[in-house]
Amino acid sequence: MSIGLGIAGFGIVFFSSVLMLGLAFLHRKKPSVFRDIPAFTRLRQAVGLVVEDGSRLHVSLGHGALTTPQSASALAGLALLHRLANLTSAGDQPPISTSGDATLAILSQDTLQAAARTSERANFDPTAGRLTGLTPFSYAAGAIPAIRDENVSANVLMGNFGVEVALLTDAAESENSFVLAGSDNLVAQAVIYATAQEPLIGEEVYAAGAYSEAGPLHTASLSVQDVLRWLIIAAILVGALLTLAGVL
Amino acid sequence: MNRRNIPSLIIIISTAIAMASGFLVLGGYFFAQNTNGQASLLSDIRLTLLNWAIILAGFAIFIGIINLSQVHFKKIQNKQKGAFYSLLLIVSLAATFLFGLFKPGQVEIVFTTVQLPVEASLMALLAITLTYASIRLLRRRLNLLSVIFLVTALLILLGTAPLPFVGDIPGLSDWVRPFIAQVMAAAGARGILIGVALGTLTTGLRILFGADRPYGGNK
Repeated sequence: MSIGLGIAGFGIVFFSSVLMLGLAFLHRKKPSVFRDIPAFTRLRQAVGLVVEDGSRLHVSLGHGALTTPQSASALAGLALLHRLANLTSAGDQPPISTSGDATLAILSQDTLQAAARTSERANFDPTAGRLTGLTPFSYAAGAIPAIRDENVSANVLMGNFGVEVALLTDAAESENSFVLAGSDNLVAQAVIYATAQEPLIGEEVYAAGAYSEAGPLHTASLSVQDVLRWLIIAAILVGALLTLAGVL
Repeated sequence: MNRRNIPSLIIIISTAIAMASGFLVLGGYFFAQNTNGQASLLSDIRLTLLNWAIILAGFAIFIGIINLSQVHFKKIQNKQKGAFYSLLLIVSLAATFLFGLFKPGQVEIVFTTVQLPVEASLMALLAITLTYASIRLLRRRLNLLSVIFLVTALLILLGTAPLPFVGDIPGLSDWVRPFIAQVMAAAGARGILIGVALGTLTTGLRILFGADRPYGGNK
């Protein structure tokens, strides 16, 4: 990367960081107001039902390896897993997590173990966070039995998926269980829109933490995204106008 | 030191290490070169840390396979539903491991003769699943967006696959399909990708600041 591009990139990250920390500090005591995303409202209801009827929550984190840029959506999924594991800690059965990448499986075990510690659950079962396969289809094939055979009533599929996500949503639907699904992959988003009960499109995946009241930095990160989005829109419009004027 | 404080201390140390590694890798990415054009110290540190991460990820696969075996052993032990398939998995895992051990050069045969055909079959199954799901979409979510989604999918299919005896449909194949795919869908996809990129940036920042800690236990 050239020095100029590096400085520009650093500038964007620095500006976003300062904005995020500043907004988190300023709004730390104010109640958050968001636009309504029905999927998150229904997720809260589904989580309530999981606790009431003694069934299980299943969170699937996809197969985005942690050393690749595709890991961001899985990390957002992990943050949601942590929140949901805490919310369901009063339930009879701990949540389970499936993933198609070994590093994600280890992190999901750690997240579930932390939630078990917080809830003072007697035993943590290391097989609750599991690797189901190392290729996209073997991962999906391995996750389907978890959806079908483990008394799961709510599924959250959040991470990097491909078209194989349809197999998971179909398995969940055939069990009449709740499905909320989101991915950073465009093809998977189209498939999710057609097959999932509650699809998340685009950056909605990254808003899960803020909607589940995970903390002021989550809320601030949504505002930062909005500010950056407006700046990009302004840059596109200025670029188009300059192109029209023959300057660019 | 009080033993109760040890988990908190572990969390503090792991968070500090993760944050420092994150900032160093980010710094090494943005300031990769010195003014004389040579690789900077930060860039060298970034490469070293990434190499360590790759080695750890490789070792994580080994742990992941142990975890996979544990899950399926437990299923067999408890005679849970699908225990036979778990047994099949363990036997296949052991057979592939032994095959790789004794015939290291030919282990690809297992993938080309078993894994690939099975995954291709799943892909075929997926085509049916998607068709059925598209039909059910209107029953599940009857709104304008679902109708647009289905009409677009239909137009793209008709414009892409030539009909028997008719061939390409005039107007649809040469104008409507390219317009939808290259103008409308491309514009929408770019918008979504910009949103995803912004989400990725803020997720990364939250992890750098230690707000999300998928390591060392969130507390």
